Amino acid sequence: MASPIHMSETLVSSRLHGLIPENVQLCFQCQKCASGCPVAYAMDYTPPQLLRMILLGMDEEVLGAKTPWLCASCETCTTRCPQGIDIARIMDGVRQVAIAEGRRSAVPRALAFYKTGVMNIRTFGRMYELGLIGMLKLKTREFTKDMSLGMKMFFKGKIRILPSFKGSSEVRKIFSRVKEKERGK
Amino acid sequence: MKYGYYPGCSLHSTGVEYDESFRAVSKRLDIELEELKGWTCCGSSPAHVASHLLSIALPIRNLVLAEAAGYSEIAVPCAACFSRFKKAIHETAEDPELAADVEDVLGEKYEGKVKPLHPLDTLSQRLEELASKATSAVPDIRVACYYGCLIVRPPDIMAFDECEYPMSMDNILRAVGYETIDWSSKTDCCGASLALSETDIVLDLCHEILEEAKGAGADAIAVACSLCHVNLDTRQTEVEAKFDTKYEIPIFYFTQLIGLTLGIEPAELGLKRHFVDPMPLLAKVV
Repeated sequence: MASPIHMSETLVSSRLHGLIPENVQLCFQCQKCASGCPVAYAMDYTPPQLLRMILLGMDEEVLGAKTPWLCASCETCTTRCPQGIDIARIMDGVRQVAIAEGRRSAVPRALAFYKTGVMNIRTFGRMYELGLIGMLKLKTREFTKDMSLGMKMFFKGKIRILPSFKGSSEVRKIFSRVKEKERGK
Repeated sequence: MKYGYYPGCSLHSTGVEYDESFRAVSKRLDIELEELKGWTCCGSSPAHVASHLLSIALPIRNLVLAEAAGYSEIAVPCAACFSRFKKAIHETAEDPELAADVEDVLGEKYEGKVKPLHPLDTLSQRLEELASKATSAVPDIRVACYYGCLIVRPPDIMAFDECEYPMSMDNILRAVGYETIDWSSKTDCCGASLALSETDIVLDLCHEILEEAKGAGADAIAVACSLCHVNLDTRQTEVEAKFDTKYEIPIFYFTQLIGLTLGIEPAELGLKRHFVDPMPLLAKVV
């Protein structure tokens, strides 16, 4: 007979340990998060399936899933969970581990967007949309996507040409201090 | 009355008409909005996906600035910024170790003296004044109030309105004379920042919201979040093309609708910046 899996022990040995809420163990698969999730239809695993995979120690499958990358962070799951599990935070935790490990994402465009966004904030201190869109295009090589939308926004006065750089040196300091701290842990 | 004002990145760009209309309305109510000097990005969605500590440190930096400038309350119109501020305050208050890490990263301590307020909050406190000053003709339109995700969720942190069926925006717009409708997509998600990566999902979700609004008989949708506005307004023709349908439902910031009843000119409210032209709908009053 196969030996039983002790979920609390699996969680401690998981690469996600410390980055996701411990009470993930309380999930009893009621499916409220799955039914409320607006993006579940596009995911490869529903949120409760992903939670169970975490508890079964399936780190590789969890980190390779589309599910966390499609999460829109709308917080419906966290709001409705009868066990008080912050499921949206678990999606963040999985993405953080995947990024830290330098993995490819099952949804490459989503990863490209987040990475570009972080770089943008780090560089300019404030989000500089034109720079964000330009860098994203270089990463995804989708040069024509949203081009006419962007032009129209520009003519409506909704896109700034120049970045601001206000407070950018302070923000860069925060980024490097965070990195130091995280390396130490 | 004076508030510190944190416009956030989007109100200086894609949501510029939210900034324009919120400022214009506040001025008519003698609310002084003083932009926080040296403010920086709250981290938005990229930061919390990349690093938890970063996602808390970035908003706290701005709260430290606000505290040093002596503000007890800051107005934060962007739903994403508002959510990041509330989360950062909540988490550092609950988790002393995290608070110590943030203090270490910033080299400064946040004393917890600044309260972020959403415009729905500041204006909800002034319903009577709004009603008495709303003397201009009110457009005869049925408005679906769309709150989206982050203003109300998760409720234990946001502690704002009812999380599944909020009414604050309805009550404000009703106070100035609009008819707002009951409908079922008030707090559904528009797909938010997936617009720039998985655009198709955003088109699907916006389709459902627009369908609901249309089915409930709405002539217009009012929003309180710049990302909701961008998705529902600038992507509406894409939604129409994908689902072979026609909506032409103007998307307003709720502050723009208030502004019209206070007699503020459409240009001052940024109404010309929308993709779905609201002017035909407003033709009778402006």
